Amino acid sequence: MGQFILRRVGLMLITSICLTFIVFFLTNLFPNLEKLAKTQGNFRMSEAEVTSFLEDRGYLQPLPIKYGQWLGVLPGYVIEGKDGTIRGKCIKPGMQAEDAATFCGVLQGDWGYSTVFKDDIGKLVLIRLSLTGKLMFWVMILMIPSALIIGILAGMREGSRTDRTLSTFSITTTATPEYVSGVIFIAVFSSTAFGLKWFKGTATKAMEDANFENFFLPVLTIALYGMGYIARMTRASMAEVMTAQYIRTARLKGVSFGNIVVKHALRNALIAPFTVIMLQFPWLLNGVVIVETLFNYKGFGWVLVQAAGNNDVELLLAVSAVSVVVVLLTQLISDIGYVYLNPRISVS
Amino acid sequence: MEALTWAEILSRMFYQLIPVWIALIATFSISIYYKRNLGLYGKLFDSPIGMIGFGIVLFWAYVGFFAGAFDMISTHDPLSQVSGMKNKVPGTPFRGAEEGDYAFYLLGGDHLARDVFSRVMDGASIIIVIAPLATLFAFMVGITLGLPAGYYGGKLDTLLSFVANLILAFPVILLFYLLVTPEIRMTGLPQYMAIFLFSFPILFFAVLINTRFYIEPKKRNILMIIIVGLLGYLYLSLINEPGSKVTIFNTIDGFDVPGGLLTVFVSVVFVNSPTVFRIVRGLTLDIKTRDYVSAAQTRGEGAWYIMLWEILPNARGPLIVDFCLRIGYTTILLGTLGFFGLGLDPESPNWGATINEGRKLLSIYPHPALPPAFALLSLVLGLNLLADGLREESLKD
Repeated sequence: MGQFILRRVGLMLITSICLTFIVFFLTNLFPNLEKLAKTQGNFRMSEAEVTSFLEDRGYLQPLPIKYGQWLGVLPGYVIEGKDGTIRGKCIKPGMQAEDAATFCGVLQGDWGYSTVFKDDIGKLVLIRLSLTGKLMFWVMILMIPSALIIGILAGMREGSRTDRTLSTFSITTTATPEYVSGVIFIAVFSSTAFGLKWFKGTATKAMEDANFENFFLPVLTIALYGMGYIARMTRASMAEVMTAQYIRTARLKGVSFGNIVVKHALRNALIAPFTVIMLQFPWLLNGVVIVETLFNYKGFGWVLVQAAGNNDVELLLAVSAVSVVVVLLTQLISDIGYVYLNPRISVS
Repeated sequence: MEALTWAEILSRMFYQLIPVWIALIATFSISIYYKRNLGLYGKLFDSPIGMIGFGIVLFWAYVGFFAGAFDMISTHDPLSQVSGMKNKVPGTPFRGAEEGDYAFYLLGGDHLARDVFSRVMDGASIIIVIAPLATLFAFMVGITLGLPAGYYGGKLDTLLSFVANLILAFPVILLFYLLVTPEIRMTGLPQYMAIFLFSFPILFFAVLINTRFYIEPKKRNILMIIIVGLLGYLYLSLINEPGSKVTIFNTIDGFDVPGGLLTVFVSVVFVNSPTVFRIVRGLTLDIKTRDYVSAAQTRGEGAWYIMLWEILPNARGPLIVDFCLRIGYTTILLGTLGFFGLGLDPESPNWGATINEGRKLLSIYPHPALPPAFALLSLVLGLNLLADGLREESLKD
């Protein structure tokens, strides 16, 4: 088991290095840098000014060297600009050139400086992640129990009317992307046109003070899209377990239907949904971006949109590194959990 | 003139959609009458869920067809802005209507005073062309790479699976934000990706024909020239665009894909193909242990013949089901792109962009955002139900 985890972690590291390099490459293409220079400086810069702006800030070094500096395996650049000021990757605003460290990259815990938010990225991402964490926590609280209950109720008696109704419901939720359900919810529950002003249409206030009124709609919107898929998986696995031999034996023995479901079927039926729940995380990340934009909740997804829209290179890299690690970690957890839950599978 | 009541709005919309109803009834009655001779498609009409799903999908397909090809369904020009119609509620009389103008905005006007009903109907014609086509391309790429990965295994499989997992580990929205920007389009990167991705269908058909007819070289050569020539012409026209990085084929460029559309198309194919690859690879791993594959191997058939003519036809059931689901997913992706204002021209009536524009005034005027939202929802729901019906029917035998 130890070796298995070690191998997976190694693979994870390679994957995240490859992915951040791709992001690095795409954000450092010249038109993108030009856009960055023009938004940072002014929009009327001539081509020569753009070049010198980028050169002074180390953007025009060869790609592998820049990437090495970002990672923290190569010493950060120190460039004396054409205007006479000395700029370096490790020289923070208000710092003397002599005091700066030689290496300052991700390995040293320095994620860089955001050009959009004018703030330290490590701190920024951490705050935004905690806000998104709050959102995700409530999504999980709402989504997992309801999805499992729907799936179990539907799979208990395959083909019954309950099954048909609940299956149609779960298909409908999987067919409703967040931007559709969110728009419908806001229109119905918080607009003046329908007159039901039950909830708030924005969740900006929920960042400090989340309550049912301003936080329920975003949570429901994300939860609903993921719910249908998990419910369908649970239903399929429950229906399969209910046709197994040992369930028939229990029935013939005279065990009540409720007892069969709770004591005999449930544990085996929950193996497959567990992995699915874990693999849902990457999809939830998408939902988070959409919902945070829609409800103006300034969390991680909102930062992603801001960073990408303004080509904030280092912030984008940090965001993609974090999301890639989240995705790969959940895959790892799902694999390990699967082995523990299912005695028929071994890692070797 | 009086504003319309909801009953009048609905009946007028029903009247406007008459060509669609006629086409739907015709298709359904013919299909049900001949359903015993139509294979899997005919069996679809035995399952109520499949029939409902197929009905919804066909409804939007016909709406897109009639609105796009004959300009029939919509009542106004989806782009024209009419003063005095801004944010008007459904059923408002058209201001300053002249002879020949439709007298009402059936579903109201949006924040730029355009007709919501016409925008939704014309939006269907964009979706029903791009979504299935992009899905088809993703399937070509996924199949062409997934078959050898599953069949040969080994280093090739490890490498391809690693790349597929790499793309899948990317959050889709981040990828879109990186690929679908005007700056990236300037570098020509989407076109290079198009050159790579769109060569797979040609490769696929070339190998398909060669493996089947290599014993009859004459027949093979004729077929090869016709099909590969045609595809090659389409391919070169598709990747070539005057005024961009790829202009060497300007002389034979048959048509131009409007700016941004190619980028959207490429990104959607790029995002979808790793999943298709994984499905095809899994199916191949399963099927290659069957007896008929061993029989073909013993007969001395080539590896590609076995993959394309023995394994692929036997994997068609799950692939067809996934194809329907994936069109729905592509529709959602296209909507996401529109929602973030990426790629397609924000003026164009695609549903995602219309939802995005409508959401800005959502709490006061919900009517411009709701129709495209329900349209997208119903199309994806229809595709999901269709896939469910197909799965049920294909499992029966």
